[in-house]
Amino acid sequence: MRWMWIDRIVSFEPETRLVAIKNVSLAEEHLHDHFPADADRDALPIMPAPLMIEGMAQTAGILVGSVNRFREKVILAKIVNATFEVEVGPGEIIEYDATLERIDGNGASTAGTVRRLRPPETEWEVIGRVDLIFSHIDHNLAGLEFPEENFVFSDNFRTILRAAGLEDIAEA
Amino acid sequence: MPDTAAMNRDEIFTHVQSVLEEALGADEEEITLDASLTGDLEAESIDFLDIVFRLEKTFSTPDKPFKISQGELFPENLMENPEWVKDGQFTEAGMDMLRERMPHVDFSEFEKNPEVNKVAETITVKSLVDFIERKLNQ
Repeated sequence: MRWMWIDRIVSFEPETRLVAIKNVSLAEEHLHDHFPADADRDALPIMPAPLMIEGMAQTAGILVGSVNRFREKVILAKIVNATFEVEVGPGEIIEYDATLERIDGNGASTAGTVRRLRPPETEWEVIGRVDLIFSHIDHNLAGLEFPEENFVFSDNFRTILRAAGLEDIAEA
Repeated sequence: MPDTAAMNRDEIFTHVQSVLEEALGADEEEITLDASLTGDLEAESIDFLDIVFRLEKTFSTPDKPFKISQGELFPENLMENPEWVKDGQFTEAGMDMLRERMPHVDFSEFEKNPEVNKVAETITVKSLVDFIERKLNQ
């Protein structure tokens, strides 16, 4: 399994906003563990909320990273706020809408809205909010050595950029 | 949106209190003027970034953005100059640098035993209120 919790970038406004979607599928193993049937109830496959926080972190992280053309190692440092009103199940689509609130040499803060679409419905519904703080670790953990290569923004994430036609926002 | 220019210390303190409640999950009664951010309110380094962002948001108005530069409120790169630190302690030159860079912090207790790794504990809620009051009146 790859640690990719967004499938596609659907909207990008440089230094301002990035929107990504994720299709939730019954083929995903974690849905069967969350939650399996037991003696008292049927199986209840729902998308785990921590993985939705990760989805927002990947969405917002790409937005933050894009400001410096992915030269900075952008690490999720703090979940300021995460609230989810309803659950998301298989066959539904999650949308992560991240806006950049503030960025400087040390890091960045983002505000995020989570929506879901339940086909055949056609209206997106707001289901939660996730606000995050990212650290530019090379600036904040002085004295600790990190690899020169940017291990945060790896090939997996370039695949996502390519699919959205955004490859040119990253450095070669 | 608050009228930041006309704010008195009590009003600034109330806003700082809400910022710290949200950033640190601290209770209102814990956030006294004397409370140290790292010592009493258990702030970690990344919380400082959060606090700076929230203070900017709280004290900015459409006419007058409240912008805190890097290292302005909390010290950074203190080890960069060997004249400032010796054997884990700030030298006289180091203390002079701190007083100059951070006039919002009271170093009178700290300077008796100026251990570098304890400098963050000198930053109290009062330091934040002083910092903001001084900046709003600039």
